[in-house]
Amino acid sequence: MNILRIGALRGALEIKQFMRRRESVVFTLMFPVLLLFIFGSVFKNTIAPGVTFSQYFISGMVASGLVNTGFQQLAINIPMERDFGTLKRLRGTPMSPISFFIGKAILVFTAMIIQVFLLLLFGVLFFHLHMPHSPALWLRFAWLVVLGSASSTVLGIAFATVIKSGRGAAAVVSPIVIILQFLSGVFFVFSSLPSWMQKFASIFPLKWLTQGMRSVFLPESFASQEVAHSWEIGRTALVLVVWLVLGTVMAARSFKWSDQ
Amino acid sequence: MNHAIKVRGLKKSYGGKIAVNGIDLEVVQGEIFAILGPNGAGKTTTVEILEGYRDRDSGDVAVLELDPEHLGSHSSSWRNRIGIVLQSTSDAGDLSVSETIHHFSHYYTNPKNPDDVITLVGLDEKRDDRVHNLSGGQRRRLDVALGIIGSPEILFLDEPTTGFDPEARRAFWGLIRTLKAEGTTILLTTHYLDEAEELADRVAVINNGKIIEIATPATLGGRHLAKATISWKEKGHIQTKLSANPTADIQELSKIFNGDIPELTVTRPTLEDIYITMIGANK
Repeated sequence: MNILRIGALRGALEIKQFMRRRESVVFTLMFPVLLLFIFGSVFKNTIAPGVTFSQYFISGMVASGLVNTGFQQLAINIPMERDFGTLKRLRGTPMSPISFFIGKAILVFTAMIIQVFLLLLFGVLFFHLHMPHSPALWLRFAWLVVLGSASSTVLGIAFATVIKSGRGAAAVVSPIVIILQFLSGVFFVFSSLPSWMQKFASIFPLKWLTQGMRSVFLPESFASQEVAHSWEIGRTALVLVVWLVLGTVMAARSFKWSDQ
Repeated sequence: MNHAIKVRGLKKSYGGKIAVNGIDLEVVQGEIFAILGPNGAGKTTTVEILEGYRDRDSGDVAVLELDPEHLGSHSSSWRNRIGIVLQSTSDAGDLSVSETIHHFSHYYTNPKNPDDVITLVGLDEKRDDRVHNLSGGQRRRLDVALGIIGSPEILFLDEPTTGFDPEARRAFWGLIRTLKAEGTTILLTTHYLDEAEELADRVAVINNGKIIEIATPATLGGRHLAKATISWKEKGHIQTKLSANPTADIQELSKIFNGDIPELTVTRPTLEDIYITMIGANK
């Protein structure tokens, strides 16, 4: 179908543009890897029998990767494209808006695959990360990635509409993501955070994604160290689906092609 | 006569400020129609309503027999038949000229050959350059290329030659005439009176959201009826005379001088003179 074909063409174009923007390659793809090396090298302590902080941290960074490549990237780039008139010009062509969003999804998915691959590669090579050992865990990893990046994508598109100018987008979006990472147990062990912070973080998807990724990459015995003394897999899926539906509705209702 | 564009009683205001205050106009298929007016006169608002970017407050609009505000399922097929050159854009900087034009050609069911379009707008030498390395005038030519790539039946041009040097402007005029010869209807807004005179079959002058007059460039504001100014040199001084019948007056002068009339000129009011008078009277 034509909408899908043009969506695929847009995806290829988005990836080409992404790879040509040095800052997007560095910040979106390399920054998490850099953080991995810094945190992994500084905090070498063991937080539970057989679990080092760097293993804990990598699980959180894989979850963050879904937020970086989807939410953060789109919430920054879409307002810029709106300011530049890119979106307005596209709106004046026969291209279907659906093709446009397919293109964005292809971009997010590609960047996400590269980022997760890099994190896992360096995690295994340098920080004793263990790959999931059963098909069931790989399956869980797969749906976490799919649900996580899908909700991250639609929330990024929805959040882009509340940002007034493209120039200020990074200044608004980046701190939100970083604070969310602190609250959701990426940089600290989640169970060591104050309880009000834990409760607040539980509203947002990132907390559930980090917990889900821990269930994939950390030993089963670590589940007892979680706040709920379990991985809460069912609840994680539920929260992500709710955000995915909410985000899709918000994105579809509020998307603006220009700032008029 | 088929109307490519039909507008009746168009009104639009932004938070109490009236931008368009009852505009009527018709653009015939195949004609070049220019809208002239000072900044803030309502040109861009009018054009953006016709392009489907803005909703109107009241009035009737038909572009290719469809209402741009209520396209429904015809949205894509309608946009397939129009081409839009917006006032200013700065997008797709990370792609090359050729990549951008080739990509846009996929959106349309009947695109022109992208390489031909690159040649047509004079960007052959820049085809592999990244868009962010283009000069303002070259970028504008890319905008035009993207507006015509889909072989539009109607082309909207909002101040297309801003930032062009005189040579590029002449080349652009040639391009517009080529498109007209192919049967394209063109709606143009411009600040340049010479451009309107050069290209337009008819012009509309608008100010404060209203049309002052619609006419051919030659007859706007009674220009063809206006008196000519004859000037010549006599006894060391330039003499001038307003004349309703310059041919007779020049024959008369020629007899007085017994042949050549020194430094003779005959001028009629330019489109710009007429325009400035019209806008001034309307303030």
